[in-house]
Amino acid sequence: MITLQPLRWGKPYESMEIKDVVHFDTGEPIAKFGSVGGGIVARDMKQAHKARAALLKHSTADLIAMSKKAAELFEHAELPVGDSMQSVDQFVHQQSASTGLPEHMCRSNLKKNSFVLSHIDEILDCLTRGLDLDILSRGYGEEGRGVIVSYQAQTPVLGAILPNNSPGVHTLWLPAIPLQIGLALKPGSQEPWTPYRMVSAFIQAGVPAEAFGLYPGGHDAGGAIMTKTPRSMIFGSAETVAQHAGNPRVQAHGPGWSKILIGDDVVDDWELYLDVMVESVLSNSGRSCINCSGIWASRHTREIAQAIAERIGPVDVLPPTDDQAQLAAFTVPAMATGTYAMVQQDLAESGVTDMTADYGDKLIEREHCAYLRPMVVHADSPDRGVAMKEYMFPFVSVVECPQAEMLRRIGPTLVGTVLTRDPELVAAAGACVEIDRVNFGPIPTNRLNWLQPHEGNIIDFLFRSRAYQVADLPVAATA
Amino acid sequence: MSAAQTSIPEDVAKSASEARDRLNEHTLKIVHWHFSEETGSPFWLEKKAELGFDPLTDIKSFDDLKKFPNFEDEWLRGGPIQRWVPKGHAGKPVYVFETGGTTGVPKSRMVIEDHWKDYELFSDTLPDEHFPPGSNWLMLGPSGPRRLRLAVEHLAQHRGGICFCIDLDPRWVVKLIKKGWMEHLEEYKKHCIDQAVTVLTAGHDIKCMFATPKLLESLGEALEDRGTSLQEVGIKGIFSGGTEFTPQWTRFCVEELLGGPVEEGGVYMTPTYGNTLMGLACSKPISAADGYKISYYAPQPRAVTEVVSFDDYNQVVGFGETGRVKLYTLTDEFFVPGFMERDEGEREAPFDMYPWDGVSGVRPFHELASATTVGVY
Repeated sequence: MITLQPLRWGKPYESMEIKDVVHFDTGEPIAKFGSVGGGIVARDMKQAHKARAALLKHSTADLIAMSKKAAELFEHAELPVGDSMQSVDQFVHQQSASTGLPEHMCRSNLKKNSFVLSHIDEILDCLTRGLDLDILSRGYGEEGRGVIVSYQAQTPVLGAILPNNSPGVHTLWLPAIPLQIGLALKPGSQEPWTPYRMVSAFIQAGVPAEAFGLYPGGHDAGGAIMTKTPRSMIFGSAETVAQHAGNPRVQAHGPGWSKILIGDDVVDDWELYLDVMVESVLSNSGRSCINCSGIWASRHTREIAQAIAERIGPVDVLPPTDDQAQLAAFTVPAMATGTYAMVQQDLAESGVTDMTADYGDKLIEREHCAYLRPMVVHADSPDRGVAMKEYMFPFVSVVECPQAEMLRRIGPTLVGTVLTRDPELVAAAGACVEIDRVNFGPIPTNRLNWLQPHEGNIIDFLFRSRAYQVADLPVAATA
Repeated sequence: MSAAQTSIPEDVAKSASEARDRLNEHTLKIVHWHFSEETGSPFWLEKKAELGFDPLTDIKSFDDLKKFPNFEDEWLRGGPIQRWVPKGHAGKPVYVFETGGTTGVPKSRMVIEDHWKDYELFSDTLPDEHFPPGSNWLMLGPSGPRRLRLAVEHLAQHRGGICFCIDLDPRWVVKLIKKGWMEHLEEYKKHCIDQAVTVLTAGHDIKCMFATPKLLESLGEALEDRGTSLQEVGIKGIFSGGTEFTPQWTRFCVEELLGGPVEEGGVYMTPTYGNTLMGLACSKPISAADGYKISYYAPQPRAVTEVVSFDDYNQVVGFGETGRVKLYTLTDEFFVPGFMERDEGEREAPFDMYPWDGVSGVRPFHELASATTVGVY
């Protein structure tokens, strides 16, 4: 059985606190996972400058080349992970077994992470708006306009408190390495696989091992990363995000409440966009912040909800190895029952209709896990509580709302796909600060262009633009 | 013959049997004290009517204490506190020590001299080499109406030293955690550690200290930030406790905070386990060779720990088996005939130093763990 131990700036640490990672369906142990406490993390963070120093020995161009090689290795090679050699198939199987995601979705996430890393040069070029990366490395430089520009690294390492069971978010910390910023990661308890495999791929590709810290553990390990690294990212609930709001040291990622807004000018042709809507709701088992949780239109909302329900309502539980499986398991069954209870409360409100009621039981309970089958609900007004809900399974509310009120009522929206040709709505949606990533046209909310920033530009998070003036020193008079 | 019987050496078994005899005798004496009209407390004399048996005639051994219902710490909430004072101690000065109380009424325990006696017994277990008699102490733990704070001060005085303390309000710490005010929490921790560093570097010749694990960790870090260490400021011996203690943390402490194993010149550190109800259980000496295993032994016969089945709290599990920790307090000040602690662990066999049951691997009871805030200071 594979054992994953903490990594302290490249050196494995033999933890005495070992937990079993179990298969979500059978309960069988599939791996052992060592952890550390906050004291060890805090102690290591005192040496964080060495992680950056090790990376600064390599040029950004070299690190980009290594990252591309790492992408290749991550996606295709057998790699040393923990105390074992891990093939791609083993990785996929292990990740599915602990997270409950169907294996083909694990492969998709693997490819997504690999894709981002293999295009890291283009991504950095776009995120820096073409800046010579040596300027980030040196801290200042001449960009060609006769003025020095300076970008000062705000931290030697990027900390990250990774989510328990979502393998799709790892793209966000990958750019740190070619930017010569080390990584202090707290892997999720059920999804240690991607960070461990990715770090192995980086090291095999030539990136100095001392640039990486992997600190599985409890809240105190995560807390230590966040308090001891000047820049960290955390993935959590709306409460987590609220807790860190306004803290420049923390980039908090939570629910997305991503939406599709249909303008009055095209809503009569809503059937043209059905595929976009279905994909946005159902992809990755509806588990991502970029999945669509709300579809807003001024009319035809019942018909839209009915049509989506007909497409996703019949989706049923399939084995995780089945390429047609579209539902991920809740590996903690209480999360499914708790979520379902919340949905029942939503449905109790007048004006809310379950459009998938005819497609059988939604809560499927197994011995060690549970599933929630897709749900589409109709809300006759944005005043209904369900209009602002997002759940960790394919769930969407189709909300009837006059176009004139839409942008004022949608609330925070990570990805907003706006379907319209109306120039006024385009301008208003472009100016709407509730929407982070905006798509105009039939782009599913889950399809991200990685050349554009996601929930803030990581360059702005890790580097500070500042003034840097230089004058020659006068020559001292010789005696 | 059980595995347990075969694994205990003959001399230890003999000592254990003698210790059990002393415990039985002590139990009878304490039960008579608490249930006699002349000496008992109003609480237990009143409770006697509800018991359905007469403790004065029906309790003949320690095992007979299982006839009592489990002690409920909820009984300790609210007043009057005088109902707990045994009549036999009427007129003596009484302390009150509290637990909980972040919101609502805290649980209160009256004490006269138990905390002194417990820590004097504990003092006998401290090696003079690492806790030099006459040394001054630092108490790096909770202040306020806490048994620990006065007990550690008494320990220092009992050993001929003077105890320096800090201000630390654990109720405010719990509130900060519940509110999610982590920056404030961090600042409050710094505030506490700053007080400790100030005392340690003010020329008071402090050689010994008590610290909770988290505060010890933070103190070591703060001293290192100032270019010094626990060793360099003169600390020779530490006893730690108050919150959860794991072998891995102990190893981290020894290897990275205390300057290495004590045989190689590192600072001596001993874990303890206890609470306001029971007092203080000492640890079997810890070592790398033993995997930094921490086994606690109560100061029998004044207090007893058992590891009992999760299904039957009157059934002790086998040696090495896991169960919930059950505490007994048997002093002439306070009587606890079986309290289900919020911890679980493995039952440990008697050994020469402590020829009675111990408990190792202490951690929050799994059925309550998610609702418990551990290690708040």
